Amino acid sequence: MSIKPATASTAPSTHDGRHVDTLATVHQDAERELPALPPDPVMEAHGLNVFYGDFHAVHDVNLSFGRNEITALIGPSGCGKSTVLRCLNRMNDLVTGARVEGEVTYHGQNIYARGVDPIAVRTHIGMVFQKPNPFPKSIYDNIAYGPRVTGMKVDSMDDLVEEALRGAALWDEVKDKLKQSAYGLSGGQQQRLCIARTIATRPDVILMDEPCSALDPIATSRIEDLMMELRSDYTIIIVTHNMQQAARVSDRTAFFTARPDETTGNRTGLLVEFDQTTRIFANPSDKRTEDYISGRFG
Amino acid sequence: MSVASTAASAAQSSVQANLKGRSRDKNPKSILFLAALWFSLFFGVVVLLALILDTAIAGAPRLDGELFTNYESRINRDETGFRAGILGSVWLMVTTAILAIPLGIGAAVHLEEFADSRTWYNRLVEVNLQNLAAVPSIIYGMLAVAIMGLLGFTYKGIVLGGAIALALLILPVVIITTREAIRAVPEEIRQGSLALGATVWQTTWRNTLPSAVPGIATGTILGLSRAIGEAAPLIILGLAVVREDPAGLLDKVVALPIQIFQLSSESHEEYQIAASAAIIVLLAMILGMNALAIFIRNKFQRSW
Ligand SMILES: Nc1ncnc2c1ncn2[C@@H]1O[C@H](COP(=O)(O)OP(=O)(O)O)[C@@H](O)[C@H]1O
Ligand SMILES: [Mg+2]
Repeated sequence: MSIKPATASTAPSTHDGRHVDTLATVHQDAERELPALPPDPVMEAHGLNVFYGDFHAVHDVNLSFGRNEITALIGPSGCGKSTVLRCLNRMNDLVTGARVEGEVTYHGQNIYARGVDPIAVRTHIGMVFQKPNPFPKSIYDNIAYGPRVTGMKVDSMDDLVEEALRGAALWDEVKDKLKQSAYGLSGGQQQRLCIARTIATRPDVILMDEPCSALDPIATSRIEDLMMELRSDYTIIIVTHNMQQAARVSDRTAFFTARPDETTGNRTGLLVEFDQTTRIFANPSDKRTEDYISGRFG
Repeated sequence: MSVASTAASAAQSSVQANLKGRSRDKNPKSILFLAALWFSLFFGVVVLLALILDTAIAGAPRLDGELFTNYESRINRDETGFRAGILGSVWLMVTTAILAIPLGIGAAVHLEEFADSRTWYNRLVEVNLQNLAAVPSIIYGMLAVAIMGLLGFTYKGIVLGGAIALALLILPVVIITTREAIRAVPEEIRQGSLALGATVWQTTWRNTLPSAVPGIATGTILGLSRAIGEAAPLIILGLAVVREDPAGLLDKVVALPIQIFQLSSESHEEYQIAASAAIIVLLAMILGMNALAIFIRNKFQRSW
């Protein structure tokens, strides 16, 4: 196996031209000495446990999410990826019976601490869902919705809408039909509208739960390109089923799996390995990761 | 090669043989059953049509302008009119809608978006709502009598009294249909709104309710079209024939069904004819409202 330096992570702070070419791209030995954890985490999870009623869905997850990095959460279905993601902006609060233990910090502040307003958390940590879910409103009103409900100080809503749509690489396609219903857009356009809607509220972190799983390959690759562009302004955390997608877009990857409980048989999700994406895919340190990556386990 | 083709043709003929035979959908039992279904449908429709046609023919001589413009008359019985009843019903419907819509929507929004459906008292409300929709209308009339008594009215046959009775009557229907309309709004829409930092209240007010409006409108109109044909709860309240137009909530009022009921129990031929004509008017009003409800549903209802 030839070991060649990947441009991917030689300079984590510059983002131009940074991409992971193939799964076989491996880091130099020198780079392996890099700390496995992001040096400047925007968000961290410490001892995160999630329960749905009596069911222990996620066991003791520790993660940190670096500034201007894309972190991918991968693993078999039902291992708690979405659950972990929803904990990061307190969307799990909305699930009746869900209970969270441990800490999730945002810039060092525990978002589950007493006195933290989940609504304020969500304005800083936005979310894009699996199925495009535009509101039954015009394209313009979809974008303006967030700033309006959060009472954001906006000089010109028109400018903000344009900025958000440009930011989501959608402006050229919709600039002549801003007043038309968002339901007239294609699935891929709707998903980019949802991304635009999220960035209109100027969040810091964007969570994406399998944002491409309902899209065709062309729309998927447009969203992936968009994620790479957004990385320079946002911290992105993406759940994906698609390992190629994780390999293509992410800087770091967290691999989860589900372990059946001896007594109840319930499958509790746990974090197996968290590392730079190139290492996870080329040289995983855990056998389970390797099996999953190489398709021996699904 | 040849072996294969003979094998294939053999297979073919055996398949054909299997396909032959009478369709089991066309055996006598099935046909008889189908005929029974047709008969049931036919019977319902024909009886209804016959009734309407008979009434229309009976009332035809009086389907004139005076039917709408004249008050009830004891002297010129062939010119008696339903002006008071028609106007009264319109007043009652508008007031009923104003009372029932906000209450119904409020209750439905609370139950769907805010109430914890696991608590025993919310479950109790849930069960009772379904039962309330089936309570005889006369009960609501008695309830309205009690409410009007508590409000201090001695004469209860006024617009407000009738509207309270009818609003109570249609409230369960309005609540149930509004809840269905709210429930039809996909959860993803709410999640999308909440993830942007909207409160539950903002999400309900700006997203869920506007999307549910066609469903709410349809349900309310169907409720009102039930209320407009009601006489029993209003008679309990003491609504009786008046010879003036209501001009306010506290004015005496009569509803069209009451007027029809009272006239049709009189022995005079002219009154029978006039009542038949008024029944057609009432039917037209109900059908019109139902048509409007169907129109709104087809035109605006969103399929997600
Ligand atoms: N709202 C919920 N109520 C109860 N159990 C849930 C809920 N959401 C997810 N779960 C359970 O938690 C586990 C993890 O689910 P999820 O986070 O959706 O996994 P993933 O996204 O990795 O497929 C699964 O066993 C699932 O059945
Ligand atoms: Mg999931």
